[in-house]
Amino acid sequence: MSKFKKKKDGGLAPINTASLPDIVFMLLFFFMVATVMRENTLKIKNVLPQADQIEKLDKKNPVSYIYIGKPSENYKKFGNQPKIQLNDNFADISDVAGFVAAERASLREELVPFLTIALKIDKKVNMGIVGDVKQELREVNALKINYTTASGDALSNIE
Amino acid sequence: MAKRAAPEVNAGSMADIAFLLLIFFLVTTTIEKDSGINRKLPPIEENTEPPIIKQKNIFTVLVNKNNDLLVEDEPMEPKALRQAAIDFLDNNGDGSCKFCEGAKDPESSDNPDKAIISLKNDRETSYATYIAIQNELVAAYNVLRNRLALKLGPEKGFPNMNFLQMQDLHKDVRWNGNKEKLKALIDQIKKEIPQKLSEVVE
Repeated sequence: MSKFKKKKDGGLAPINTASLPDIVFMLLFFFMVATVMRENTLKIKNVLPQADQIEKLDKKNPVSYIYIGKPSENYKKFGNQPKIQLNDNFADISDVAGFVAAERASLREELVPFLTIALKIDKKVNMGIVGDVKQELREVNALKINYTTASGDALSNIE
Repeated sequence: MAKRAAPEVNAGSMADIAFLLLIFFLVTTTIEKDSGINRKLPPIEENTEPPIIKQKNIFTVLVNKNNDLLVEDEPMEPKALRQAAIDFLDNNGDGSCKFCEGAKDPESSDNPDKAIISLKNDRETSYATYIAIQNELVAAYNVLRNRLALKLGPEKGFPNMNFLQMQDLHKDVRWNGNKEKLKALIDQIKKEIPQKLSEVVE
């Protein structure tokens, strides 16, 4: 009978948690490597339209982002017309030229011709402001652009 | 000084610290999914004479403020645009294009090199519609380029590959085939079917 008694006394052996930090560190390193910090805090609504004939944005070349959309809930005081966001702030059409110049100045000289302007534009924006931005980009000779889109069926945009 | 044994560091809270960092990175991670339609804007040239282009070589696409589509002065459903653009580009009116399979309609474009798609939008057109139209027009070019790639591929040593796959392969750094040959083929296809998409600026 003593056999059985012994077992009861022992109970469950505690789980060895010595390797827990190792596991957590492994996960941590994975996420540290995979993380791309959000470059800008968006102050606008930015739901991208869908398209299926898309190409990956080449990260080897420098990319600058221009956001256009209606101010989001917290920034309602700026009105409900679509606005341009450059870096972290709302901007006017006339600021686009300066923005491109600043982006170019921060690049190495040999990379300047490869600067791509990624236009992240909310799908509810009208083409007027987009056309103005495009015209402004033409004037500063920033001709490589990319309409950033989500991937999906393009015709589902039209409803 | 008296010699003191170094006290053992308590590593019990290591897991907590690691967890804290882990959660921080979990929250800040945005898996980037940047992709889109690449376009090149036309440079601003001063007082250039517009080239004389035959009306039949121009395929006009107009999107009005209600996001309705007018193609060659006829209303059209967006679904039909891709095929209409393919028919126009592939028409081969003057018979100079060897790979075209079009109807050879004398009223439509001469050959893919001369065919121009002209896109005009209103200021009130929604961006979503504009992207959808752009997407359909790019798709039309891609359909034709894919077809040509499948035709030209075998004799150049790249069989069973369409144009998009060729482009992907060319960008793939792990692929160790003949990149120059592939680039030449891609450029040839691009030259045979150039993307001549003009946008009207008001």
